Amino acid sequence: MKFISFIGGAIKEIFKGGKLYYSWVAFLLIIIAFAARSYIHQLDQGLIVTNMKDQVSWGLYIANFTFMVGVAAAAVLLVIPAYIYHFHAIHEIVILGELMAFSAIVMCLGFITVDLGRPDRFWHIIPGLGILNFPISMLSWDVIVLNGYLIINTIIPFYLLYKKYVEQEPNKKFYLPFVLLSIPWAVSIHTVTAFLYNPLPARPFWNAAILAPRFLASAFCSGPALILIIFQLIRKFGNFKIQDAALFKVAEIMAYAMFFNLFLFGAELFKEYYSGTIHLAPMEYLMQGLHGHNALVPWIWTAIVFNVSAFVIFLLLRNIRSIVLLNIGCVLIFCGVWIEKGMGFIIPGFIPDTLGEIYEYMPSSTEVMVSLGVWALGFLIYTLLAKVAIAIDTGRLRYNKQ
Amino acid sequence: MKEEKKVSLTKRKFLKTFMAGAAAALLPLAKAESAVRDFDMEDFLQKNFREMTPDEVKKTLKRLEEKYKKKYGKDFVVKGTPARENVSFAYGLNLSKCIGCRRCVYACVKENNLSRAPHQIHYIRVMRFKKGQGIDFENSEHYYEAAKVPEPGYFYVPVQCQQCEKAPCVKACPVKATWTEKDGIVVVDYNWCIACRYCMAACPYMGRKFNWAEPQIPLEELNTNTHYLGNRPRMKNVVEKCTFCIQRSREGKYPACVEICPVGARKFGNLLDPESEIRQIIETKRVFRLKEDLNTHPRFFYFFHS
Repeated sequence: MKFISFIGGAIKEIFKGGKLYYSWVAFLLIIIAFAARSYIHQLDQGLIVTNMKDQVSWGLYIANFTFMVGVAAAAVLLVIPAYIYHFHAIHEIVILGELMAFSAIVMCLGFITVDLGRPDRFWHIIPGLGILNFPISMLSWDVIVLNGYLIINTIIPFYLLYKKYVEQEPNKKFYLPFVLLSIPWAVSIHTVTAFLYNPLPARPFWNAAILAPRFLASAFCSGPALILIIFQLIRKFGNFKIQDAALFKVAEIMAYAMFFNLFLFGAELFKEYYSGTIHLAPMEYLMQGLHGHNALVPWIWTAIVFNVSAFVIFLLLRNIRSIVLLNIGCVLIFCGVWIEKGMGFIIPGFIPDTLGEIYEYMPSSTEVMVSLGVWALGFLIYTLLAKVAIAIDTGRLRYNKQ
Repeated sequence: MKEEKKVSLTKRKFLKTFMAGAAAALLPLAKAESAVRDFDMEDFLQKNFREMTPDEVKKTLKRLEEKYKKKYGKDFVVKGTPARENVSFAYGLNLSKCIGCRRCVYACVKENNLSRAPHQIHYIRVMRFKKGQGIDFENSEHYYEAAKVPEPGYFYVPVQCQQCEKAPCVKACPVKATWTEKDGIVVVDYNWCIACRYCMAACPYMGRKFNWAEPQIPLEELNTNTHYLGNRPRMKNVVEKCTFCIQRSREGKYPACVEICPVGARKFGNLLDPESEIRQIIETKRVFRLKEDLNTHPRFFYFFHS
């Protein structure tokens, strides 16, 4: 009974809102509708409507997927201090962080689905029904850790919100194991995703042991960058208290993470350029262009400039507690890491291809539209979830008030 | 009176535009509907080829023959010939002899029903290298056009699936849609592939090709003598690859590329037969394999012998 009231209350809450809320949701729905149109076109014609080819067989979809896994993993950053060290300022916002991990994972699965040429055969991957090539295929590991992470990040926030809704003390013995589990699990989703690319000797650009640490370092910048911006929006529009202290605490962690990210990137550059084997080619293509092909060069240098400036900004934040500066840093990091971990990481894996051919890839309009749709879907899910979470947290939505 | 007419005209115009707009928006729905109509339940529920009982295999092959008959109006044979005992295939390519004529490429296209349009699939890629530079892929020419081959100053290296014993593609597949057969051929179950394309990322030889759209083949050029794991017609969005012409080699014939080669650069046979040509080559020539440092153990040997 209480549970039905919880669901009913949540649905009612979703439809309550001002003009701004409604236009935001409508805006997202319109993008999703256009993307659905493009996706149906892709299903009908085949993946030929993308700009992928045998030479570059993964593109924008997998780039976005890789980036979003990092964002999802970063939720753990908020979980650690909140639960382990009882850092109170962060405690209030931890549910919003976990809901973000939830939305990000849904987006990851979305990007995988749109990349899949035969989504109709999706059941082949479900153990029992189909055949999951576990533990041989690294992709089977990814299927398991991503879905596991989705389940963990469904249970924790939904349980805590429900308990708050019915005004009962949450049972620590029930949820704390999940919280503790979620920490290594968050690390695992990004490690396993790095291990998708990392063990392929066919692709020297990815075949570096430094990959998983690099993934984690960059995720610990990009995820919190998004979280900080969204939390400020929630604070402004959602009438939800989030202290500045919490924001600056997260920013501090981001500064360390960005330092490691830049350091690891530099270590990789050094190794490739100093040894100068034929395996330098993809790095050369990325950084300076190869045989007159240089489509990614402006992108990666933008990313480098963004990441370095953001690092300087986050160092300054220790002394200058400026929210404006913080936001500039967040935007720079978000864009910088998106380029570095997305297009700047996936595409050079395929250029030059394994027989030395160069096919320059840039996404087609269909790929861009479908990707925007998955982003919009993620934002929509997060908006609706956060709306309900805030209503419950601020005491507006409670069982006794229904 | 006049005013009223004007109003109704604009109204009609508005309605017309609105309807046209709505129809345009619904256009993809019509596509979706046709997809639902084309949906084949038996295809959808089909098991992985390796998990089928012999009876199920028989039924599936028959069903496919009927399906292709309906689709192409031709009588197809879809075989499921299993690997023979004591057969382990291997391939030899004599680089001293290859003249880069690409006859193998096109014989393969025809034999294996490879897509001609809108995307072209070739299992074999012949690359041209400058003499004296070694096999340096990055500086090779993939799309050379020569009025006459061989051209002075160049040599040629054809590459296709190397049928690795330790195949990285097989390891990569998350659903076991691709595997190594007992006779060493790496095959794909086109009906089981989910098109994640992880195998393509894993292959060091560009051995795997993707059907980016519905493959198109001129009706008169269709090869109707097919094998389930080989050259039967493929569908859009699945991975495929060279199978040493499984439909031929399992019946004791040479692959199409071996048969067509005008200079006899291509050799093929059973490694377990001490009298076979391929065994002689491996025992008497200095053979090498591509990218040996990757430890993939190809069954495809290159050698020099004039």
